[in-house]
Amino acid sequence: MTALTILLVLVLLLVVFGLLFRLQILTSIFSGTFTRDIGMSNSVNAILMLVFLVFGGAWFAYSFVENFNKMNPPIASVHGHQMERMFWITMAVIGVAFAITQSLLFVYSYKYQHKEGRRAYFFAHNNKIEVIWTIIPAIVMAALIFAGWKAWTRITGPAPKNSVVVEVMGKQFNWLVRYPGRDMKLGVINYRMIDAVNEWGFDLSDKSALDDFTTNEIHVPKGVPVLIKIRSRDVLHAVYMPHFRVQMYAVPGMPTRFWFTPTMSTDEMRAKLGNPKFNYELACNQVCGGSHFAMKATVIVDEPDDYQNWYAAQQSFSAKNPEVMAAFKQKAKTLVAPVAAQPEAPEVAPAPLAASY
Amino acid sequence: MSDMTPKPNLSPSVEAQGGRGSAPVPATEHDDHLLHDDHHHEHHDQHWLWKYVFSQDHKQIAKQFLITGIFWAILGGTLSSLFRLQLGWPEGTMEWLKPILGGWVSEAGKLDPEFYLALVTMHGTIMVFFVLTAGLSGTFSNFLIPLQVGARDMASGFMNMLSYWFFFLSSVVMFSSLFIETGPAAAGWTIYPPLSALPQAIPGSGTGMTMWLVSMALFIVSQLLGGVNYVTTVINLRTRGMSMSKLPLTIWAFFLTAILGILSFPVLFSAALLLIFDRSFGTSFFLSDIYIAGQALSNQGGSPVLFQHLFWFLGHPEVYIVIMPAMGMVSEVLATNARKPIFGYRAMIGSLIGISLLSFVVWAHHMFVTGMNPFLGSVFMFLTLIIAVPSGVKVFNWLATLWRGNIRFTAAMLFAIGFVSLFISGGLTGIILGNATLDIQMHNTYFVVAHFHLVMGSSAFFGLFAGVYHWFPKMFGRMMDEKLGYIHFWLTFAGVYLVFMPMHYVGIAGFPRRYYAWTGFDAFSQFADMNKFISIAAIIAFLGQFIFIFNFFYSIFRGRRATQNPWNSTTLEWTAPIEPGHGNWPGEIPAVYRWPYDYSKPGSEVDFIPQNVPYSQTHSSNLPYERDMAE
Repeated sequence: MTALTILLVLVLLLVVFGLLFRLQILTSIFSGTFTRDIGMSNSVNAILMLVFLVFGGAWFAYSFVENFNKMNPPIASVHGHQMERMFWITMAVIGVAFAITQSLLFVYSYKYQHKEGRRAYFFAHNNKIEVIWTIIPAIVMAALIFAGWKAWTRITGPAPKNSVVVEVMGKQFNWLVRYPGRDMKLGVINYRMIDAVNEWGFDLSDKSALDDFTTNEIHVPKGVPVLIKIRSRDVLHAVYMPHFRVQMYAVPGMPTRFWFTPTMSTDEMRAKLGNPKFNYELACNQVCGGSHFAMKATVIVDEPDDYQNWYAAQQSFSAKNPEVMAAFKQKAKTLVAPVAAQPEAPEVAPAPLAASY
Repeated sequence: MSDMTPKPNLSPSVEAQGGRGSAPVPATEHDDHLLHDDHHHEHHDQHWLWKYVFSQDHKQIAKQFLITGIFWAILGGTLSSLFRLQLGWPEGTMEWLKPILGGWVSEAGKLDPEFYLALVTMHGTIMVFFVLTAGLSGTFSNFLIPLQVGARDMASGFMNMLSYWFFFLSSVVMFSSLFIETGPAAAGWTIYPPLSALPQAIPGSGTGMTMWLVSMALFIVSQLLGGVNYVTTVINLRTRGMSMSKLPLTIWAFFLTAILGILSFPVLFSAALLLIFDRSFGTSFFLSDIYIAGQALSNQGGSPVLFQHLFWFLGHPEVYIVIMPAMGMVSEVLATNARKPIFGYRAMIGSLIGISLLSFVVWAHHMFVTGMNPFLGSVFMFLTLIIAVPSGVKVFNWLATLWRGNIRFTAAMLFAIGFVSLFISGGLTGIILGNATLDIQMHNTYFVVAHFHLVMGSSAFFGLFAGVYHWFPKMFGRMMDEKLGYIHFWLTFAGVYLVFMPMHYVGIAGFPRRYYAWTGFDAFSQFADMNKFISIAAIIAFLGQFIFIFNFFYSIFRGRRATQNPWNSTTLEWTAPIEPGHGNWPGEIPAVYRWPYDYSKPGSEVDFIPQNVPYSQTHSSNLPYERDMAE
């Protein structure tokens, strides 16, 4: 249907052009101006400039309003609402500049079209005007830069002390999630210890790794700052959570982080949208290979109490995978003699935890 | 050229008389000259191989760049149509493309997702480097610099020829990479490692990526050979009287573009070299802590972010390398067809210089959320948003140039006006993307795609079209068809807006770029119809370009014959014969007396005074400070 409409519009447009230019030839023949250098095609084009401004502007305004709700998915984080305000204020500023400059461009094009006998106004420069239109944008930019800088330092500043911590690791093509467990400390991991079972590469000789647990979905509490630590174990990925206005690359060899405070639980959002299937989503937003487009994780925002209960009910990775644990114990026993099979492994320093900015 | 026989020719006074006639310029005198010129050039016959293929004539090299660029543009556009089909109809079948794409379409009639990435990668690479860098600045820097500064040819014709042939070699390598079994490079045109470094991560990072890097190395050599030549020519070979403050804005733009290229392309070369080392010789510049395909790699200590810094240190100046030649040509076309001096000539040069300087210190705005230190983010946000000021000055000056003009809508003029419109539309959203805070949400979404396709993609294409329509008569001695030009313009102009305006909406909703399909996400599934709309508009707008291609090739052979100065323009290239031979001017090179924008000067009988007319012949129109110079 859409295809047909567009096709129809474009065909009509072509017909209109065809007719206009034909008409021009006919009228110019009748008025005896056929051979004139600057003919009626000039005024046809001038009129089309005006038509483009009016119809193009109307179409843009209409389609913008029509799609406004679609382009504004719900927001559910504290800084997300601030960003949203800044976004639309900036949009308003550039909207004004857009409307003024585009109108002038097309209106001038129409108004100052070639007229026989008229001469252009020789106007080479005017320092006063130039200074004015250098300074005004500079002032507007200064205001926008200042607002952006304030928000940026706040958003990227250190996470509050009471933040809950969750770590995600990107791999082709899904997200691994782990929590620090009861001791609230993320254990040491080492990419050389990764295998099909130990996807994180837990180094279970580190005590704080023993109670770390892994999950498929990301659970976070509502109203509490959440610090997401981010890693990648193969190529670049990016943690992108559009509902929370969160985005940060996952870089192999360089842990990154981002913190935010969710404002609405999944249930509340489902009720608000009237969509019982709604889920917050985490998308990969840095091309990472063939299935990049399907690299997704679900984020669930719980009420703080529910979160506590859910957290307490999780079983640690080491308890779930006794055979991995056993292998580490075995290794610890034989550690007296240097391991020959993996000569490099013990020398490698564990990847540092995300350093605070 | 010293081997040219000196001939009495366009002395300033003759030219001035030509300029003083009523517009259009009386043809008789010039036709006389034409006959002379033809006669003159019969003297030294060259083998066609040296004349058309391994030519050292800047005009011939320009045409070679242009036609190679057109070839690449058709290919780049075709690739985009393919992936727009996928995005518009993610559930649709591509069975019918199997004869062309073979194994890249699965048994079930689906496009291979890895091939989709190869398509977007090659589309970006082709359009940015091969069309809008080589095709645009390669064509017009070559064609216009010697003609507009009044030189016989480039400083080194041989180097200039090498520049094209390195580009040609680079093209051959890149084109061949489309046909290898593992596919062409597929890591995005920005080729971020580790994805681009590891064939285990995506097949395109095997031989395809090697060829991409080799091709790009050759391309950089071509750019440097060209750039050094352009800069040298502008500095050393200006004709008598052509001071830097009398240069047309086109030349200023090409000159600064060449400087940007010389300073930034070597950095991409180093990045490519280091990447080759990482890929083939086991170094760890960009790789660290990687476990892939069931194996932990030994690389440690490298940083993928380092590559991004190196890449964007070229990558950002690169967008100005693309857009500044277009800005220069648009300034020229607007002034000529509005019959008015460009408003604020010095401010235009100043803003070009400002943009050039700033373009080197804003690269990290592509990297706000890559884990770079947020303090750097603040600095780069500040520097980035400042670019809005010189860009704004340019836009306002273009508008002031139209104000109270006497506008002739040639096809070139339409594209120049279209350029300004697109540059405004695309440039303004840069204010959002340059703001680090807002970029957290907008980074890598379709908002970015819409932004740069308007501000540097489509705008630069419009600049290219304006240039081709405007200088076609001097290139081929014939005119392009105006009516077809009008239809081409309106179709393209409407098409570009229909494609990229809705793309902003999709981007504001947060749709990630380089996604094969959005159907897997609830958050991104609401714009299925819009994507269909964009795809249809894009494909129709692309097909519309064949009007231009037909017009271009038809007019080379069958176009209306051009006069010497069909647009009544003031710059030096129009004082050369209709089809200038090697050496450009048969006799002496004309001297220059005035700036290039004496249009509609009060007191002058005609509405343009060419640059080579001395003030002593224009007493009636001289401004007070010019009277002394007339003595």
